[in-house]
Amino acid sequence: MRPIKVLVTKIGLDGHDRGSRVVAAHLRDAGMEVVYTPPWQQIDAVVKLAMEEDVDVIGLSCLATDHLLVPKLMHALRDGGLAHVKVVVGGIVPDEDEVTLLDAGVSRVFHPGTSLDDITETITDLATLALANDEHP
Amino acid sequence: MSNAANDDTAELVQRLMDGQRAALARAITHIESGASLAPRILGAIQSAVGNARVIGFTGAPGVGKSTLINAVIRELRKRNKSVAVAAVDPSSPISGGAILGDRVRMGEHGSDDGVFIRSISSRGHLGGLSATTAQVIDLMDAAGWDVVVIETVGAGQSEVEIAQIADISVVVCAPGLGDDVQAIKAGILEIADVLVVNKADQPLADQTCKQLVAMLELRHADRREVPVLTTVATSGDGVERLVKVIEQQYQENVEATRVRGPVQRFQYLIANAAGRQLQEQLATSSEKAMHDMCARVSRGELSVDSAARSLLEAMLR
Repeated sequence: MRPIKVLVTKIGLDGHDRGSRVVAAHLRDAGMEVVYTPPWQQIDAVVKLAMEEDVDVIGLSCLATDHLLVPKLMHALRDGGLAHVKVVVGGIVPDEDEVTLLDAGVSRVFHPGTSLDDITETITDLATLALANDEHP
Repeated sequence: MSNAANDDTAELVQRLMDGQRAALARAITHIESGASLAPRILGAIQSAVGNARVIGFTGAPGVGKSTLINAVIRELRKRNKSVAVAAVDPSSPISGGAILGDRVRMGEHGSDDGVFIRSISSRGHLGGLSATTAQVIDLMDAAGWDVVVIETVGAGQSEVEIAQIADISVVVCAPGLGDDVQAIKAGILEIADVLVVNKADQPLADQTCKQLVAMLELRHADRREVPVLTTVATSGDGVERLVKVIEQQYQENVEATRVRGPVQRFQYLIANAAGRQLQEQLATSSEKAMHDMCARVSRGELSVDSAARSLLEAMLR
């Protein structure tokens, strides 16, 4: 079976990328292929990237209210024909906003204190379905 | 394979050839993973392969390959060429995972529909590319991209596979490599159609250029001339000229550089795959013949090369 392919990125104007780097390195060590970008990505660029790279999962690091942009990204992904790509968000997300994100189609929100192994496991589960579909064009 | 899967494959190929980037992206995934429908996809696109110009960029880690490609894309876009990039990064020898970061330096083309960038993990393959890069190039070619750019992993001396696949190979160096310049002269330097000294705003750039030119002068007189250029990828200095020279080299050497005739190409791919499979088989072999060879080599009765040759002869008999 091929390795799971994940995009680790940040949208919005916050530039604190230590967290996304730590997660990216951990996913690599778990055997995944990680497309890593610097922060400040635009939503249309994330959609184009996810399409060209044919990623299974997108992981977004949101630390400073940039999680409020995520529903917009979910919308753009659907418009771009990428409804099958799973999205997870990690960082600072207030409880009331988590509901909004899940409603918008986000698969999981990781809060502070989440273990790296928990993130790896969740992404593996989410990608398993995509990998099982590999034999279908 | 079921008829439904056949129909789906045909539809995917059709969408790919219609220029739908999502279809190209998915087809690449199938080829990379060696999915059962990969051969059908490759067979179906062969008639459309051979139109793209394929330019390879190689060189040591950190010389600025990705940044230079970013600048080259900008120049090609000015000339209205559509550009697909296959950027290969190394996989971890321990976990098999990879951080694919080449496109980080190509961010300015992140929203341009005339640019398609795909990051590729080498998945343990040595030689500077992944085992399936050649097929990925074919897919991009068949999908109608004018120029296909390949970026190898940071390469040292012997990662010369790129020359088998690209029409033009650009070897990128950085100033002040000193002894390293000496080191590359036998391997990577010999596959260069164009040599570039990037980061030319640094003080040792002139000296590095002179060293490269001096080494080229030592080659056989009948080898064709290799231009040595300087660029500053971050500012774009010298990049317009680089693109012109690549084009000239291509025109002057279309015959010589067209390494991608179907027969040579497939011979190369099959030989590559055979080597890979053979290595996998032998490395885990528990055959008696292998044990005997190991014992004889360890006793000093046989060289490693002779042992390998005997094993191969026995297998092919």
